[in-house]
Amino acid sequence: MDRFRMIFQYFQSNSESVMNGICGLLALASVKMYTCFDFSCPCLPQYNRAYGLGVMFIPPVILFLCGLILNRQSLVMLDEWRRPQGHRKKDLAVIRYMCSSIMQRAMVAPVVWIIVTLLDGKCLICAFSGSMDPEKFVGFATVSPVQLEQLLAKVPCKDDELMRNNTSRKAVSRYLRCWSQALGWSILLILIMAAFLARWLRPCFNQDTLLQARHWSNYIDIEQKIFEETCCEHSRLFAHKCILHFFESMRQEIKLHSFNLPRQGEGDEEKEDLQGITDQDQVNKLLKTWYYEKPPLDVSQATQR
Amino acid sequence: MDKFRMIFQFFQSNQESFMNGICGIMALASTQMYSAFDFNCPCLPHYNMAYGLGILLVPPFILFLLGFVLNNNISMLAEEWRRPHGQRGKDPAVLRYMFCSMAQRAMIAPAVWVSVTLLDGKCITCAFCTSVPVETLGNASHPLLSQEEIQRVLARIPCKEIYNGQEVIANEVAVRYLRCISQALGWCFVLLMTTLAFLVRSLRPCFSQAAFLKSRYWSHYIDIERKLFDETCAEHAKSFAKVCIQQFFEGMSTDLVAARCHLPQKASADTGEASKKLLGITDQGTMNMVLKSWHRCKPPLHLHPSALPSRNGWAGEGQSPVHPSAAQRETAAYYSLV
Repeated sequence: MDRFRMIFQYFQSNSESVMNGICGLLALASVKMYTCFDFSCPCLPQYNRAYGLGVMFIPPVILFLCGLILNRQSLVMLDEWRRPQGHRKKDLAVIRYMCSSIMQRAMVAPVVWIIVTLLDGKCLICAFSGSMDPEKFVGFATVSPVQLEQLLAKVPCKDDELMRNNTSRKAVSRYLRCWSQALGWSILLILIMAAFLARWLRPCFNQDTLLQARHWSNYIDIEQKIFEETCCEHSRLFAHKCILHFFESMRQEIKLHSFNLPRQGEGDEEKEDLQGITDQDQVNKLLKTWYYEKPPLDVSQATQR
Repeated sequence: MDKFRMIFQFFQSNQESFMNGICGIMALASTQMYSAFDFNCPCLPHYNMAYGLGILLVPPFILFLLGFVLNNNISMLAEEWRRPHGQRGKDPAVLRYMFCSMAQRAMIAPAVWVSVTLLDGKCITCAFCTSVPVETLGNASHPLLSQEEIQRVLARIPCKEIYNGQEVIANEVAVRYLRCISQALGWCFVLLMTTLAFLVRSLRPCFSQAAFLKSRYWSHYIDIERKLFDETCAEHAKSFAKVCIQQFFEGMSTDLVAARCHLPQKASADTGEASKKLLGITDQGTMNMVLKSWHRCKPPLHLHPSALPSRNGWAGEGQSPVHPSAAQRETAAYYSLV
């Protein structure tokens, strides 16, 4: 029982910290993914916006789904939601609590990606350089509309032959980056303020239902883990008994057909361990029977002995 | 048995995390392999597509097979699939569960390779550079070049040093275009895989949870039973060897006494354990004979049931090997208490 107690305490204290750890790792992974990703704007009028907005919004969806998949609690919550009522009523407040805590953790990595993208600026420059107002920028004001579209589309590509050392390109680029970074910082500020308020004001509303919901969601999680542990224990004991029963039934079979009754030697523990299987052919027969005729999954005979 | 119990529990609780670890290592290995691989586009019209698509699709297949090879449970699955029915029925749901969980883990490294390849862009650039829409991006109607010439020029797009078609289409424009398409495909592929994984994981509790719990229990059981059987056989072999060797020494000592026509010296009351263990082999010559006999004429794999020493300890006679015919079997239908 001591072992079970230790395991209880481990799971109790570490379930949330394991989830937080995974959440943090995913956020770091998203930053690393962004830095490794070789952003290359196509610099073509029809493709820029799709590419820029795609790189800004598709990876967050992927990261969100990853956050849900890697979180063990989401399975527990789904299980609890879909199970038949049986003898235990379902408490919707617990399910809601679990759902909200899972969603909060899963949203961290996508938000990190979006903020890093905005603060870096490349995506917005790529997506919106084609929609700039040419009047604001000296170099583009006097160009024909058809050429304007092409030129503006090439702004994100610094090394393009048309755009090298073009001061208007740099102006557009700086303008868009400024907007992008302002947006990024504002979103970051709003989110942090929202998190701060939510945490600070929460004790003012429904503290008792919150405590209950948290307790029972923890309980469901632990109960699931212990059920799996107990099933493992049980299957190990079952296998142990099944195999001993198999060896015993082989010994009885051999006894029936041998002419020499095995005599117990004094103090011969090893002989008892041998279960009456004492020569090469008997061992070979045992191994062959194990493969060709596995014993039935029933140890009630063994336990009744 | 306590030590074995602890080891079993370690393996059981960590079997899944062990397999997840191997899966993660293979995914990292596949990214490392890709970055170490020196991609070298041939820049010839018909070879480009074969090379590019080959690099995109052949290594994932290899990684998939490797994922199965490195998984310990594959032999367990094969054994369970091929064994005769015997007294225990076969449950196809268990086999399906084992196969699905192995296949899911084996799919991760190939999916990582394909995503990294697509997001990097070199393969698609190499494979599809001859299909760039020159009309929209460049100068399609070049007066001096025939269609094949244009194809040959386009095939050199990935090789910047030998590219000579700046009038047809600028190299950077074509490369940017192809890379954009490749990265879009890459992100869509990753999104698709993640969505599939999410659906598979989240729809399961909605539909076959009870059957799933059953399959999982019995697949773990088969694994544990196999390990436990191996352990029990190892213990049995140890006891067998111990008794066999003990009987060999006893047989030798009795034979030596008989050969020298000496009556066995009765051990005096105050001789210690050690001299009993020596079994009458107390000088160099005797010991050498024992060792020689062990090498030249190993005892048969047949232990004597009685405690009395036998005259022909190592001659290989004794009762004939037992061949039990079809014995009675338990015939009732059996079920686990779970």
